[in-house]
Amino acid sequence: MTKIVVVTSGKGGVGKTTTSAALATGLALRGFKTTVIDFDVGLRNLDLIMGCERRVVYDLVNVISGDANIKQALIKDKKVDNLFILPASQTRDKDALTTEGVEGVLNALRDDMKMDYIICDSPAGIEKGALMAAYFADEAVVVTNPEVSSVRDSDRIIGILASKTRHAEQGEGDIPARLLLTRYSPERVESGQMLSVEDVQEILAIELLGVIPESQAVLNASNSGSPVILDIDSDAGQAYSDAVARFLGDQLPHRFVNVNKKGLFGRLFGG
Amino acid sequence: MSIFSYLLPKKQSSASVAKERLQIIVARERSTRGGPDYLPQLQQELLMVVRKYVPVGEDAVNVQVDRESGCEILELNITLPEEEAQQHY
Repeated sequence: MTKIVVVTSGKGGVGKTTTSAALATGLALRGFKTTVIDFDVGLRNLDLIMGCERRVVYDLVNVISGDANIKQALIKDKKVDNLFILPASQTRDKDALTTEGVEGVLNALRDDMKMDYIICDSPAGIEKGALMAAYFADEAVVVTNPEVSSVRDSDRIIGILASKTRHAEQGEGDIPARLLLTRYSPERVESGQMLSVEDVQEILAIELLGVIPESQAVLNASNSGSPVILDIDSDAGQAYSDAVARFLGDQLPHRFVNVNKKGLFGRLFGG
Repeated sequence: MSIFSYLLPKKQSSASVAKERLQIIVARERSTRGGPDYLPQLQQELLMVVRKYVPVGEDAVNVQVDRESGCEILELNITLPEEEAQQHY
Protein backbone atom coordinates (compact mmCIF):
# COMPACT_ATOMS: atom_id res chain seq x y z
CA MET A 1 0.00 0.00 0.00
CA THR A 2 1.27 3.45 -0.89
CA LYS A 3 1.86 5.81 2.02
CA ILE A 4 1.70 9.56 1.54
CA VAL A 5 3.80 11.56 3.98
CA VAL A 6 3.79 15.35 4.31
CA VAL A 7 6.88 17.12 5.63
CA THR A 8 5.68 20.42 7.04
CA SER A 9 6.49 23.12 9.58
CA GLY A 10 4.63 26.37 9.09
CA LYS A 11 7.77 28.44 9.44
CA GLY A 12 10.25 28.70 6.60
CA GLY A 13 13.91 27.81 6.74
CA VAL A 14 13.68 25.19 9.46
CA GLY A 15 14.71 22.24 7.27
CA LYS A 16 11.64 20.89 5.47
CA THR A 17 13.39 20.37 2.15
CA THR A 18 16.55 19.00 3.77
CA THR A 19 14.34 16.59 5.73
CA SER A 20 12.21 15.62 2.70
CA ALA A 21 15.35 14.85 0.72
CA ALA A 22 16.87 12.85 3.58
CA LEU A 23 13.69 10.93 4.39
CA ALA A 24 13.00 10.04 0.75
CA THR A 25 16.61 8.99 0.17
CA GLY A 26 16.64 6.96 3.39
CA LEU A 27 13.46 5.11 2.44
CA ALA A 28 14.77 4.42 -1.08
CA LEU A 29 18.05 3.11 0.36
CA ARG A 30 16.02 0.58 2.30
CA GLY A 31 14.45 -0.65 -0.91
CA PHE A 32 11.17 1.28 -0.89
CA LYS A 33 10.14 2.84 -4.17
CA THR A 34 9.86 6.50 -3.23
CA THR A 35 8.94 9.76 -4.91
CA VAL A 36 9.59 13.13 -3.30
CA ILE A 37 7.38 15.97 -4.56
CA ASP A 38 8.19 19.66 -4.24
CA PHE A 39 4.94 21.54 -3.50
CA ASP A 40 6.61 24.95 -3.31
CA VAL A 41 5.22 26.26 -6.59
CA GLY A 42 7.14 29.36 -7.65
CA LEU A 43 10.09 28.73 -5.33
CA ARG A 44 11.42 25.37 -6.43
CA ASN A 45 14.41 24.19 -4.40
CA LEU A 46 14.14 20.47 -3.80
CA ASP A 47 15.82 19.87 -7.17
CA LEU A 48 18.93 21.72 -5.93
CA ILE A 49 19.05 19.79 -2.65
CA MET A 50 18.67 16.52 -4.55
CA GLY A 51 21.28 17.61 -7.11
CA CYS A 52 19.07 17.16 -10.18
CA GLU A 53 18.41 20.83 -11.05
CA ARG A 54 19.86 20.50 -14.54
CA ARG A 55 17.70 17.52 -15.42
CA VAL A 56 14.32 19.21 -14.81
CA VAL A 57 12.19 19.16 -17.95
CA TYR A 58 8.62 18.92 -16.71
CA ASP A 59 7.20 19.69 -13.28
CA LEU A 60 4.24 19.10 -10.98
CA VAL A 61 2.09 21.78 -12.61
CA ASN A 62 2.84 20.37 -16.11
CA VAL A 63 1.50 17.01 -14.99
CA ILE A 64 -1.59 18.54 -13.38
CA SER A 65 -2.38 20.59 -16.48
CA GLY A 66 -1.80 17.60 -18.77
CA ASP A 67 1.25 18.98 -20.62
CA ALA A 68 3.21 15.94 -19.54
CA ASN A 69 2.49 12.55 -18.03
CA ILE A 70 3.91 11.40 -14.74
CA LYS A 71 6.55 9.20 -16.38
CA GLN A 72 7.93 12.13 -18.37
CA ALA A 73 8.04 14.42 -15.35
CA LEU A 74 9.61 12.07 -12.79
CA ILE A 75 13.37 12.44 -12.45
CA LYS A 76 15.15 9.25 -11.52
CA ASP A 77 17.88 9.81 -8.96
CA LYS A 78 21.36 9.00 -10.23
CA LYS A 79 22.89 7.93 -6.93
CA VAL A 80 20.10 5.94 -5.30
CA ASP A 81 17.87 3.27 -6.82
CA ASN A 82 14.11 3.44 -6.29
CA LEU A 83 14.25 7.21 -5.78
CA PHE A 84 12.34 9.72 -7.92
CA ILE A 85 11.91 13.48 -7.77
CA LEU A 86 8.92 15.49 -8.98
CA PRO A 87 9.98 19.16 -9.02
CA ALA A 88 7.75 22.18 -8.48
CA SER A 89 7.18 24.62 -11.30
CA GLN A 90 8.89 27.99 -11.34
CA THR A 91 5.79 29.82 -12.55
CA ARG A 92 4.06 31.91 -9.96
CA ASP A 93 0.62 30.52 -10.67
CA LYS A 94 -0.26 28.88 -7.36
CA ASP A 95 -3.86 28.32 -8.45
CA ALA A 96 -2.54 25.56 -10.68
CA LEU A 97 -2.57 23.31 -7.62
CA THR A 98 -6.14 22.03 -7.49
CA THR A 99 -7.39 19.30 -5.20
CA GLU A 100 -8.42 17.16 -8.20
CA GLY A 101 -5.13 17.81 -9.97
CA VAL A 102 -3.00 16.83 -6.97
CA GLU A 103 -5.17 13.77 -6.37
CA GLY A 104 -4.63 12.75 -9.99
CA VAL A 105 -0.85 12.99 -9.64
CA LEU A 106 -0.86 11.02 -6.39
CA ASN A 107 -3.13 8.36 -7.92
CA ALA A 108 -0.80 8.03 -10.90
CA LEU A 109 2.21 7.62 -8.59
CA ARG A 110 0.34 4.97 -6.62
CA ASP A 111 -1.40 3.03 -9.38
CA ASP A 112 0.84 3.46 -12.43
CA MET A 113 4.26 3.93 -10.84
CA LYS A 114 3.63 1.59 -7.87
CA MET A 115 5.33 3.83 -5.32
CA ASP A 116 5.68 2.61 -1.74
CA TYR A 117 6.15 6.10 -0.34
CA ILE A 118 5.28 9.57 -1.58
CA ILE A 119 6.98 12.35 0.36
CA CYS A 120 5.30 15.75 -0.02
CA ASP A 121 7.70 18.61 0.68
CA SER A 122 5.40 21.40 1.86
CA PRO A 123 6.10 25.08 1.30
CA ALA A 124 6.22 27.38 4.33
CA GLY A 125 3.07 29.16 5.44
CA ILE A 126 -0.52 27.98 5.55
CA GLU A 127 -1.58 28.90 2.04
CA LYS A 128 -2.78 26.75 -0.80
CA GLY A 129 0.52 24.96 -1.51
CA ALA A 130 0.92 23.93 2.11
CA LEU A 131 -2.70 22.84 2.39
CA MET A 132 -2.43 20.80 -0.82
CA ALA A 133 0.77 19.11 0.34
CA ALA A 134 -0.98 18.04 3.53
CA TYR A 135 -4.48 17.27 2.27
CA PHE A 136 -3.96 13.69 1.04
CA ALA A 137 -1.33 12.72 3.62
CA ASP A 138 -1.57 9.54 5.67
CA GLU A 139 1.17 10.69 8.00
CA ALA A 140 3.00 13.91 8.84
CA VAL A 141 6.50 14.87 9.88
CA VAL A 142 6.55 18.25 11.61
CA VAL A 143 9.97 19.89 11.33
CA THR A 144 10.70 22.31 14.16
CA ASN A 145 13.68 24.35 15.38
CA PRO A 146 14.10 24.80 19.14
CA GLU A 147 13.10 28.43 18.88
CA VAL A 148 9.88 30.28 19.81
CA SER A 149 8.50 31.23 16.40
CA SER A 150 9.13 27.82 14.91
CA VAL A 151 7.48 26.02 17.84
CA ARG A 152 4.44 28.29 17.73
CA ASP A 153 4.04 27.81 13.96
CA SER A 154 4.42 24.06 14.35
CA ASP A 155 1.59 24.07 16.88
CA ARG A 156 -0.51 25.95 14.35
CA ILE A 157 0.30 23.40 11.65
CA ILE A 158 -0.50 20.49 13.97
CA GLY A 159 -3.94 22.08 14.44
CA ILE A 160 -4.40 22.38 10.69
CA LEU A 161 -3.33 18.77 10.16
CA ALA A 162 -6.00 17.71 12.65
CA SER A 163 -8.79 19.34 10.68
CA LYS A 164 -7.78 19.94 7.07
CA THR A 165 -6.66 16.59 5.72
CA ARG A 166 -8.85 14.22 3.75
CA HIS A 167 -8.69 11.66 6.54
CA ALA A 168 -9.89 14.27 9.04
CA GLU A 169 -12.65 15.52 6.74
CA GLN A 170 -13.90 12.00 6.20
CA GLY A 171 -14.12 11.52 9.94
CA GLU A 172 -11.26 9.04 10.07
CA GLY A 173 -9.53 10.99 12.81
CA ASP A 174 -6.18 12.79 12.96
CA ILE A 175 -3.31 11.52 10.87
CA PRO A 176 -0.27 10.53 12.92
CA ALA A 177 2.08 13.53 13.18
CA ARG A 178 5.60 13.18 14.51
CA LEU A 179 8.13 15.78 15.54
CA LEU A 180 11.56 16.16 13.99
CA LEU A 181 13.61 18.68 15.93
CA THR A 182 16.35 20.14 13.74
CA ARG A 183 19.35 22.45 14.28
CA TYR A 184 19.63 21.22 17.84
CA SER A 185 22.60 22.29 19.89
CA PRO A 186 23.04 20.31 23.15
CA GLU A 187 25.68 22.80 24.36
CA ARG A 188 23.31 25.72 24.12
CA VAL A 189 20.53 23.69 25.74
CA GLU A 190 22.79 22.87 28.65
CA SER A 191 23.70 26.51 29.17
CA GLY A 192 20.03 27.47 29.15
CA GLN A 193 20.07 29.37 25.85
CA MET A 194 17.99 26.94 23.85
CA LEU A 195 14.72 25.08 24.38
CA SER A 196 15.41 21.41 25.11
CA VAL A 197 13.85 18.42 23.30
CA GLU A 198 11.74 17.82 26.40
CA ASP A 199 10.54 21.45 26.44
CA VAL A 200 9.46 21.36 22.80
CA GLN A 201 7.83 17.96 23.19
CA GLU A 202 5.96 19.10 26.27
CA ILE A 203 4.55 22.10 24.40
CA LEU A 204 3.68 20.38 21.13
CA ALA A 205 2.63 17.09 22.72
CA ILE A 206 3.41 14.84 19.74
CA GLU A 207 5.64 11.82 19.37
CA LEU A 208 9.34 12.49 18.73
CA LEU A 209 10.68 11.07 15.48
CA GLY A 210 14.20 12.40 15.82
CA VAL A 211 16.63 15.12 16.78
CA ILE A 212 19.00 16.44 14.13
CA PRO A 213 21.99 18.31 15.55
CA GLU A 214 23.10 21.66 14.17
CA SER A 215 25.77 20.52 11.74
CA GLN A 216 28.14 21.79 9.10
CA ALA A 217 27.29 18.63 7.16
CA VAL A 218 23.86 20.01 6.22
CA LEU A 219 25.34 23.00 4.40
CA ASN A 220 28.01 20.81 2.83
CA ALA A 221 25.29 18.50 1.55
CA SER A 222 23.20 21.27 0.05
CA ASN A 223 26.32 22.86 -1.44
CA SER A 224 27.05 19.66 -3.30
CA GLY A 225 23.48 18.64 -4.07
CA SER A 226 23.64 15.36 -2.22
CA PRO A 227 21.11 14.61 0.56
CA VAL A 228 22.84 14.78 3.97
CA ILE A 229 21.72 11.24 4.84
CA LEU A 230 24.26 9.99 2.28
CA ASP A 231 27.04 11.59 4.35
CA ILE A 232 27.16 8.57 6.64
CA ASP A 233 30.12 9.82 8.67
CA SER A 234 28.38 13.02 9.69
CA ASP A 235 26.31 13.51 12.84
CA ALA A 236 23.35 14.91 10.91
CA GLY A 237 23.49 12.08 8.39
CA GLN A 238 23.45 9.49 11.14
CA ALA A 239 20.67 11.30 12.98
CA TYR A 240 18.56 11.25 9.80
CA SER A 241 19.30 7.54 9.31
CA ASP A 242 18.05 6.90 12.84
CA ALA A 243 14.94 8.98 12.14
CA VAL A 244 14.18 6.93 9.02
CA ALA A 245 14.56 3.72 11.03
CA ARG A 246 12.17 5.08 13.66
CA PHE A 247 9.83 6.21 10.93
CA LEU A 248 9.63 2.58 9.84
CA GLY A 249 8.91 1.42 13.37
CA ASP A 250 12.34 0.65 14.87
CA GLN A 251 12.94 1.62 18.47
CA LEU A 252 16.23 3.48 18.68
CA PRO A 253 17.64 5.67 21.43
CA HIS A 254 18.05 9.34 20.50
CA ARG A 255 21.65 10.28 19.82
CA PHE A 256 23.23 13.75 19.67
CA VAL A 257 20.97 15.15 22.40
CA ASN A 258 23.58 15.34 25.15
CA VAL A 259 26.81 17.28 25.44
CA ASN A 260 29.96 15.21 25.24
CA LYS A 261 31.20 15.39 28.81
CA LYS A 262 34.37 17.37 29.35
CA GLY A 263 36.92 16.38 31.95
CA LEU A 264 37.53 18.36 35.15
CA PHE A 265 40.23 20.40 33.45
CA GLY A 266 37.89 21.34 30.61
CA ARG A 267 35.11 22.27 32.99
CA LEU A 268 37.31 24.55 35.05
CA PHE A 269 39.05 26.35 32.25
CA GLY A 270 37.04 25.57 29.12
CA GLY A 271 35.04 28.19 27.26
CA MET B 1 31.63 27.65 31.72
CA SER B 2 34.56 28.70 33.89
CA ILE B 3 34.98 28.37 37.65
CA PHE B 4 33.96 32.00 38.18
CA SER B 5 30.47 31.57 36.78
CA TYR B 6 29.65 29.28 39.74
CA LEU B 7 30.16 32.22 42.06
CA LEU B 8 27.78 34.59 40.29
CA PRO B 9 24.08 34.66 41.20
CA LYS B 10 21.89 32.55 38.88
CA LYS B 11 19.42 34.41 36.74
CA GLN B 12 16.57 32.80 34.84
CA SER B 13 17.80 31.26 31.60
CA SER B 14 16.44 32.58 28.32
CA ALA B 15 15.27 29.08 27.39
CA SER B 16 12.97 28.89 30.40
CA VAL B 17 11.57 32.33 29.55
CA ALA B 18 10.94 31.04 26.02
CA LYS B 19 9.20 27.97 27.36
CA GLU B 20 6.91 29.95 29.64
CA ARG B 21 5.96 32.40 26.89
CA LEU B 22 5.28 29.57 24.45
CA GLN B 23 3.12 27.65 26.89
CA ILE B 24 0.92 30.70 27.42
CA ILE B 25 0.54 31.71 23.77
CA VAL B 26 0.06 28.16 22.51
CA ALA B 27 -2.66 27.48 25.11
CA ARG B 28 -4.41 30.68 24.12
CA GLU B 29 -4.26 29.94 20.41
CA ARG B 30 -5.46 26.39 20.92
CA SER B 31 -8.58 27.57 22.70
CA THR B 32 -9.79 29.39 19.60
CA ARG B 33 -8.50 26.84 17.11
CA GLY B 34 -10.94 25.20 14.73
CA GLY B 35 -13.63 27.72 15.51
CA PRO B 36 -15.30 29.97 12.93
CA ASP B 37 -13.44 33.08 11.78
CA TYR B 38 -15.93 35.44 13.39
CA LEU B 39 -15.09 34.29 16.93
CA PRO B 40 -12.55 37.01 17.80
CA GLN B 41 -14.91 39.76 16.66
CA LEU B 42 -17.85 38.18 18.46
CA GLN B 43 -15.72 38.12 21.58
CA GLN B 44 -14.79 41.80 21.21
CA GLU B 45 -18.38 42.92 20.66
CA LEU B 46 -19.66 40.88 23.57
CA LEU B 47 -17.00 42.44 25.74
CA MET B 48 -18.21 45.92 24.73
CA VAL B 49 -21.82 45.05 25.59
CA VAL B 50 -20.88 43.59 28.96
CA ARG B 51 -18.78 46.65 29.74
CA LYS B 52 -21.80 48.90 29.29
CA TYR B 53 -23.12 47.41 32.53
CA VAL B 54 -20.23 45.88 34.43
CA PRO B 55 -16.59 46.92 34.53
CA VAL B 56 -14.69 43.85 33.43
CA GLY B 57 -11.16 43.21 32.20
CA GLU B 58 -9.99 42.19 28.72
CA ASP B 59 -10.05 38.50 29.57
CA ALA B 60 -13.52 38.48 31.12
CA VAL B 61 -15.30 37.14 28.06
CA ASN B 62 -14.29 33.71 26.88
CA VAL B 63 -15.78 32.22 23.72
CA GLN B 64 -15.24 28.63 22.72
CA VAL B 65 -16.65 26.25 20.15
CA ASP B 66 -16.86 22.56 20.92
CA ARG B 67 -17.93 19.78 18.63
CA GLU B 68 -19.91 16.85 19.93
CA SER B 69 -21.28 14.09 17.73
CA GLY B 70 -22.11 16.27 14.76
CA CYS B 71 -23.40 19.29 16.66
CA GLU B 72 -21.47 22.43 17.54
CA ILE B 73 -21.75 24.07 20.93
CA LEU B 74 -20.86 27.73 21.38
CA GLU B 75 -19.76 28.17 24.95
CA LEU B 76 -19.73 31.66 26.46
CA ASN B 77 -18.05 32.38 29.74
CA ILE B 78 -18.27 35.80 31.30
CA THR B 79 -16.39 36.32 34.51
CA LEU B 80 -17.86 39.12 36.59
CA PRO B 81 -15.71 41.03 39.08
CA GLU B 82 -16.06 40.74 42.85
CA GLU B 83 -19.02 42.52 44.57
CA GLU B 84 -16.83 45.31 46.01
CA ALA B 85 -15.43 46.31 42.67
CA GLN B 86 -18.92 46.54 41.24
CA GLN B 87 -20.18 48.90 43.94
CA HIS B 88 -17.52 51.44 43.12
CA TYR B 89 -18.75 51.56 39.56
